[in-house]
Amino acid sequence: MRAGVLVFPGSNCDRDLAVALERATGARPALIWHKETSLPEGLDLVAIPGGFSFGDHLRCGAIAARSPVMRAVVDFAAAGGHVLGICNGFQILIEAGLLPGALMRNAGLKFVCRRVPLRVETTESAFTRRYHQGERVEFPVAHHDGNYVAGPELRAALEGEGRIAFRYLDNPNGSAGDIAGVLSRNRRILGLMPHPERAVDPAIGGTDGARLFSGLVEALGSETLERA
Amino acid sequence: MGARMKARVEVTLKAGVLDPQGEAIRHALGSLGFDGVEDVRVGKVIELELEMQDRNKARAELERMREKLLANTVIEDYRVEFL
Repeated sequence: MRAGVLVFPGSNCDRDLAVALERATGARPALIWHKETSLPEGLDLVAIPGGFSFGDHLRCGAIAARSPVMRAVVDFAAAGGHVLGICNGFQILIEAGLLPGALMRNAGLKFVCRRVPLRVETTESAFTRRYHQGERVEFPVAHHDGNYVAGPELRAALEGEGRIAFRYLDNPNGSAGDIAGVLSRNRRILGLMPHPERAVDPAIGGTDGARLFSGLVEALGSETLERA
Repeated sequence: MGARMKARVEVTLKAGVLDPQGEAIRHALGSLGFDGVEDVRVGKVIELELEMQDRNKARAELERMREKLLANTVIEDYRVEFL
């Protein structure tokens, strides 16, 4: 699996995400600056890191979503590529129209920074295939604007199509339906507020996040072989 | 020289969308002794200087700006006023 990590002014989880991907793949992912107009050849995964791209001006992720590299990511996604957006990366995916809903200021008004328990809601994706349905995992969250907004119609669609990937067991931000992460209709784009890349080392907060990355390698590694 | 016009765009949260910032302000007003503040909603004002002459054309252009960037139509309403 060949992975690339986008870097915007204000990204601050790009290195952690690159380390998590390198541990899973054995190869250093490409770091891709936001002004690039195309992606490197042969990428299997585009990963969008957390942070405060463009200072969260206008709305979180709004400016980054209109950057040159995101036009290339939209094309990559339309061609069936896999995309992972974490925290600010999730906000950017929503602003770019690649995932539905909206992310607003936390209902409790506070910046929430702690480990939170989650339930894995579906194993039917390259991101979640190595977890068990209904499994409890713990990832850290660190955000001010993670309150997922979805109207009744959207929520019914997400539920019906099994596109809720993770749910909070103890909702930290007021998200509708305790939704922590959602999949695109083709199940190849995942956006989530919690940080799996911060849960890949037993020395710092557990290893529950590691299987998200090894699952991707398992799924996309084999897909690459099939294509060859 | 092209004529300039100034537009003021107001972006506000849709009715029914919880506004945590507004709630925080309402609480602070209450603690300052301002009773009877039932609800507070916070929005944004964006002022644009446009090098255009035709107001209808400007309105159409602002509509495209709204769709593409200025507002998140999932949660926000939008109003344009020419100054």
